[in-house]
Amino acid sequence: MTGKIHVTTTINGDTVEFLADPRESLLDCLRDHVGLTGSKEGCGTGDCGACSVRLDGTLVCSCLVLGVEAEGKSVETIEGMAKDGELHPLQRKFIEHAALQCGFCTPGILVAAKALLEKNPDPTETEIRFWLAGNLCRCTGYDKIIRAVQDAAAEMRGAK
Amino acid sequence: MVAVNLWSSLARFTDGARVVEVQAATIAEALKALVALHPGLEPILAGGVSVVVDGVVVPNRHAALAPDAEIFLLQQMKGG
Amino acid sequence: MPKDDMKSGYRLVGTRPNRPDGLDKVTGRARYGADANLPGMLWAAVVRSPHAHARIISIDASKALALPGVKAVVTRADLPTGLTGENLNLQDNTLAGDKALYDGHAVAAVAATSRLLAEEAARLVVVDYEVLPHVIDVDDAIKPDAPVIREGMADYSVPEGMHGNVVRYMEEGHGDIEAGFAAADIVREQTYRTEATHQGYIEPHACLGQMGEDGRGEMWVCTQGHWYIRRMCSAVLGIEAANLRVTPSEIGGGFGGKTTIFMEPLTLALSKKAGGKPVKLVMSRSEVLRATGPTASASMDVKIGMKKDGTITAGQVYFRMQGGAFPGMSPISEALQCAFACYDIPALKHEAVEVLANRPKAAAYRAPGSPMAAFAVESLVDEMCRELGLDPIETRLKNAVREGSRSSFGPVYNQIGLVETLEATRAHPNYAIPLGPNQGRGVGAGFWMNHGGETSVSLAIGEDGTAQVMVGTPDIGGSRASIGLMTAETLGIPYENVRVNVVETGALGVNEPTHGSRATFASGKAAVEAARQAIAEMCRRAAAEWGIDEDAVEWKDGAAHPAGPNAGKFPPLSIADIGATMGSTGGPISGHHESTPGGVGASFGCHVVDVEVDPETGRTTILRYLVVQDAGRAIHPAYVEGQYQGGAAQGIGWALNEAYIYGRDGRLQNTVFLDYRIPVASDLPMIDTVIVEVPNPGHPYGVRGVGETGITPPLPAIANAIHAATGARLRALPMAPPKVLAAIKAKG
Repeated sequence: MTGKIHVTTTINGDTVEFLADPRESLLDCLRDHVGLTGSKEGCGTGDCGACSVRLDGTLVCSCLVLGVEAEGKSVETIEGMAKDGELHPLQRKFIEHAALQCGFCTPGILVAAKALLEKNPDPTETEIRFWLAGNLCRCTGYDKIIRAVQDAAAEMRGAK
Repeated sequence: MVAVNLWSSLARFTDGARVVEVQAATIAEALKALVALHPGLEPILAGGVSVVVDGVVVPNRHAALAPDAEIFLLQQMKGG
Repeated sequence: MPKDDMKSGYRLVGTRPNRPDGLDKVTGRARYGADANLPGMLWAAVVRSPHAHARIISIDASKALALPGVKAVVTRADLPTGLTGENLNLQDNTLAGDKALYDGHAVAAVAATSRLLAEEAARLVVVDYEVLPHVIDVDDAIKPDAPVIREGMADYSVPEGMHGNVVRYMEEGHGDIEAGFAAADIVREQTYRTEATHQGYIEPHACLGQMGEDGRGEMWVCTQGHWYIRRMCSAVLGIEAANLRVTPSEIGGGFGGKTTIFMEPLTLALSKKAGGKPVKLVMSRSEVLRATGPTASASMDVKIGMKKDGTITAGQVYFRMQGGAFPGMSPISEALQCAFACYDIPALKHEAVEVLANRPKAAAYRAPGSPMAAFAVESLVDEMCRELGLDPIETRLKNAVREGSRSSFGPVYNQIGLVETLEATRAHPNYAIPLGPNQGRGVGAGFWMNHGGETSVSLAIGEDGTAQVMVGTPDIGGSRASIGLMTAETLGIPYENVRVNVVETGALGVNEPTHGSRATFASGKAAVEAARQAIAEMCRRAAAEWGIDEDAVEWKDGAAHPAGPNAGKFPPLSIADIGATMGSTGGPISGHHESTPGGVGASFGCHVVDVEVDPETGRTTILRYLVVQDAGRAIHPAYVEGQYQGGAAQGIGWALNEAYIYGRDGRLQNTVFLDYRIPVASDLPMIDTVIVEVPNPGHPYGVRGVGETGITPPLPAIANAIHAATGARLRALPMAPPKVLAAIKAKG
């Protein structure tokens, strides 16, 4: 019987502590110990991107990160994307463009798209498609998702 | 008389007839009359069939039939 | 290109407001199947057969039960006996009986205090198997030397003399087939094959179930149909349906694969054994691929007779399909109904057999049977068009069914939109774009009949004049928005003043699942009727208030008005006015409607795809994709477009890359998304859409279901485009690069 490990980390700006079985993924810990169920398990093998989070700013599949690795680091999840009750432009544009149907892949795609736009505020359609190639969507065919990201990027560039 | 059309593999229960004419005022009466003429059809109808009357799926067995209605029995289908 | 500019004459229907669940979904607040937790909750894990076919000699769970934290184990011995038919199939698939019938078949389940502990306990359950010979491929399964994998599964339909693995037979046709072929200028026949694919929803099946010693239980589950879950779990467990309350979570995709049960009864059985503690079971991706319900694989012979001018004189098909190890699961009936559904052909002969194989129990997948049939028929039509030098759309127009045509499966068509769809396709700029080297254009037509199904809807007027609608069809594609639009349109109030809720089984009468493209049609139609009932009651209240006849009141713009100058001069009473006083004017005001609606309208579609094929690698790139489809009336055009694009994407994956790959040992080889690879964002271009509207007279707003037709045309359209680009004709899916390359080389 393995002993649990006490983890102290920062999630969406808040200090959070939890006990992790060393075999548990960060995704398991977020969902089962911290109550943040916005990140989803679609595959458990890092292929679908539904569990995408930022770990010290790096976009990762949280199913491929151990929960104990979050010790002393900062984690950003979908729950931290809206600030002070205001949706991020990506979130707004996704609703406006009907860029979601079942919505299960949406948190992962939003987290990934936000990472893209921070790195590249004016991506081409091809750049968006390849950046999001690690986020599977089965409902939309990606068309409206790409348009929403393009529109959000344009708004964010215009607002500067 | 109402014409009840059957799919081809049912013809073995009706001595080869693909269309059976019956006297009926409702779908339920038509099916009952059909089984009375060809009892081999009973388990198939009991298992559930889709009834199409004059080109329209009619799910209510008590629905009234026009005197010259054309009925097709089809396998039940729903979708995904 | 949307048809927003088309005057629908409605205030709300046809507009694009935000969907009500959008906010929850973009913030991660929406709760799906695995997102619920209860105090004292246990986790479940399933023990699954590693053999494609094996007799189960014994199951020893003693080591698992000895592990601290393990609270219960269930096996088939814990389930009631005496079931028959489809209920027995469901029970056999929930937990194997005397044989494991496919790789991944559930044999036992355990519940423990953590997920890791449950998985450890599952590994400690010792199962003694006697491995048996297996069959996998649909054509191999009926070879003379193929072992019969289950005795006595054939029903009345199977003629004498067929292989023991044939369990269903279907025959349909009309006209003189010999004369039909004799009247043709060319007669061609070919064989086409499609592989099994999975619906590929990103959300794995998940369920939280609780059942006490008294047999009363509750479930939280991601499902397309919670009344089906209730009925099926009750049957499998031998409990009364009214004792089980099922609440649907938000659902992360279904496409037909979540219209049935797989492991849900296990949560209840484990809970009861564990003293009524709630039990949560979340399937892993590999469990989903191995042990839920992919679609059938098919081997299809097609023969068509055509005149030089493109008139089709006769059509004949013989389809062979496997739907796993359980009878009745493959869509042979649907495939036959759809095969020639687009064409008015005087002589037709259809035959199909369903064959058992040691594979998982197939479930519905978006227009089940239609894509396979279209791949075969539309490919051969294209081959013959090219041989005769005919335009593919003109040829389809020449043979297209219209209102009054006799359908291929018998009944006469009412108002349908195939001709309008083909004409809109022909007129689209995409059809005229010039192509370059190694590029080709393909066309495919498709059909789905759509479904009505049991529907119960309830509507209540609030004290502030807002309205809440309770429906029983889980929202997969935006139906809460479209039902909200139709309700608000009918009531004459703002869209924001209507809230549509998907409610649990205890709150409404029976509802069939969200399948058969029925939610917007059937729940929408019922919501409109329920709203009309509430309107009638509100008019009665106004009439009473004014002291005039009920017939002298009309409802307009969200308020009751005196109808005509003779009724009296009274200022209108708005829905809010009436709602505020309803407690003292007769009581709360509601409307409700229950029916199994008729008036379903079929939806026809036509797709055009431009591809470029790399002659050195065989890789196919989709350059351009166009979906044209008849929606009857697009209540919310963005969500209709979404269905068109989503269906196309799944069809593209099925055509180019997706397949179930089995090893010689009968075990599924590609059990994760890396190897079962569905289209990703970089595989696809923007998907152009045209919404054709030939309103369905059977629905108050003209709605035709749209969700399913869109997966059908891509399979043949892409095969046709690859042929146009390379001169090589592929007749087996998927058309993955190695196969395309081999076909190009073989062509020489």
